Amino acid sequence: MCVLTVLLLLFFAANRSMAQTPEAEKPVPILSGSAGYFNFVTGGQNLIDTQINPVLLLPLGDRWLVESRGEFEGKFQRSGPGEPYGGPVNKHLDYLQLDYIVNPYFTITTGRFLTPFGIFNERLYPIWIRALQPDPLILPIATASSDGVMFRGGFPVSPKANMNYALYVSATNIGVSGVESERHVGGRMGVFLPGPRIEVGTSWQKLLQDERANAFGLHFAWQPVRVPLNLRSEFARSFQGSGYWIEGAYRLNQVPFWQKAMRRTEVVGRGQQFFVGRISYNDAQQYGLPGVNTREGELGLNYFLHDGLKAVASYGRQFSSDGNANIWAAGIAYRFAFPLGRLGAQ
Amino acid sequence: MKTRLAILMTVLAMSSAVYAAVPEAKKENASVPVVRTADEAETMRVQGELRFRTNCGRCHAAPHKFPPRMMATIVRHMRVRATITDEDMRLVLFYMTQ
Repeated sequence: MCVLTVLLLLFFAANRSMAQTPEAEKPVPILSGSAGYFNFVTGGQNLIDTQINPVLLLPLGDRWLVESRGEFEGKFQRSGPGEPYGGPVNKHLDYLQLDYIVNPYFTITTGRFLTPFGIFNERLYPIWIRALQPDPLILPIATASSDGVMFRGGFPVSPKANMNYALYVSATNIGVSGVESERHVGGRMGVFLPGPRIEVGTSWQKLLQDERANAFGLHFAWQPVRVPLNLRSEFARSFQGSGYWIEGAYRLNQVPFWQKAMRRTEVVGRGQQFFVGRISYNDAQQYGLPGVNTREGELGLNYFLHDGLKAVASYGRQFSSDGNANIWAAGIAYRFAFPLGRLGAQ
Repeated sequence: MKTRLAILMTVLAMSSAVYAAVPEAKKENASVPVVRTADEAETMRVQGELRFRTNCGRCHAAPHKFPPRMMATIVRHMRVRATITDEDMRLVLFYMTQ
C-alpha cells in the first residue's frame, strides 16, 4: 500500500498549469533514428552487420507522446570459404508506447516499452550513442521489451539531487525466441547529483510465474566536470547469470596538439565479466548470454565526422573455457532526424 | 500481490481519467518559461546550457540545434526516456531554441 500511496501523492501533487503552447513552439512529429554499417570479426569469423533503426515521435497536444522504434538488422556471413555472404534480416519492434505526462513528477506509459533495467538498454543502446558497438555481455539480463504499463518520472529532491524512478508491470514479454511470453513486475530508482555529475541507481525485476525469480541490477555513471570523461558501469544478477561491465570514454578535447582532429576523437576502454547462472549452456545461448564464465577487455576509437555521424573501431579479447578469441569491430554510425510537418517561421 | 497490483492499476487509471477530464482554470505556456528581461534571458540561457551538458551530455555528444518545433518534440521524448526533471526540460528547451 506504501507504493500506492506514494504514487497517488505524486499524481495529485500536480502543478496543473501545464497547458497550451504557442503555435511557433508546438512540437512537430519527427522521424528520427540511426543507420549503421559494421564489420565484426570474432575469432576469425567475419560478420557484416547493416542496420536501420527508425524512431517515430508523434506528440499529441501538450501532454501526450506516441513513440516507437523499429529495428531492421541484416547479419551476413560466408557459409564457407569463397562462398557469398548471406544471412537473415531481423525485424523487431523495440517499443511502441503512448506516454501521458500527468504532471512534473509522474508519466504514465503504456504499450510496448524498453524495460527500465540498468541504464544501457534505455539510454545507451542506439548505435550512434554507444561508445563501443559490441553489446555488453550482461545486456540480455532483464532487458527484453515489455508489453504493459509503466509509471516513471524525475524530480528534484533537493537543490543538489534529482531522483528518477520507473515502475512497471508487463503482462506479456516477448521471449528470446520471439514467441515466449512472460509476466514481470519491476522497477528502477536512481539518484543524480548534478554538481559532481554522478548517478547511482538500482533495478529490480520479478518473474510472476514459474520460478518467480528475481533479477537485481546496480548502475553508476560519472561525468567529471573538469575532464571530458564518461565513466559508466552496470552490475546485474539473475538466475540466468550475473556480471558487470565498466567503461570509460575519454574525449581528447584537452590534448594540446592536432586540436581540430583531437576534439572529434574519443578513446574508449571497457572491462567486463560474466558468471553463468542456474540455466543450461544451451538456454544461456538462447538468451544471448555466454554459456560459460567469460572475461573480456576492449579498447576502441570513435571519430565524430559530423553531427550524428561517427566512425568507430574497436578491438577486444575474450577469455573463456569455450576458447579465447579476438573481437574486432569497425564501421560507421549515423543518426538522422526529419520533421514530419511544417516547422513554421524560423 | 496480484490484488494489490490490480487495485493500483484501477485507481491510477480512474484518477487519470478524472484528472484529464476536469477543465483547467487558467492555461499558461508550459514548454518555455516566460522571460521578462534580457538579463533574465541570459541567466536562463546559461542555466539551460549547464543543464544541457549535465543531463544530455551524460549519454551522447551535443547535437546541433534543431528548429524550435523539432526541439520541443525531442525534449519531450528525452524527458520520458531519460527521466529528466520538468525544470531541466524547460531550461534545456529554452537554451536549444535560442
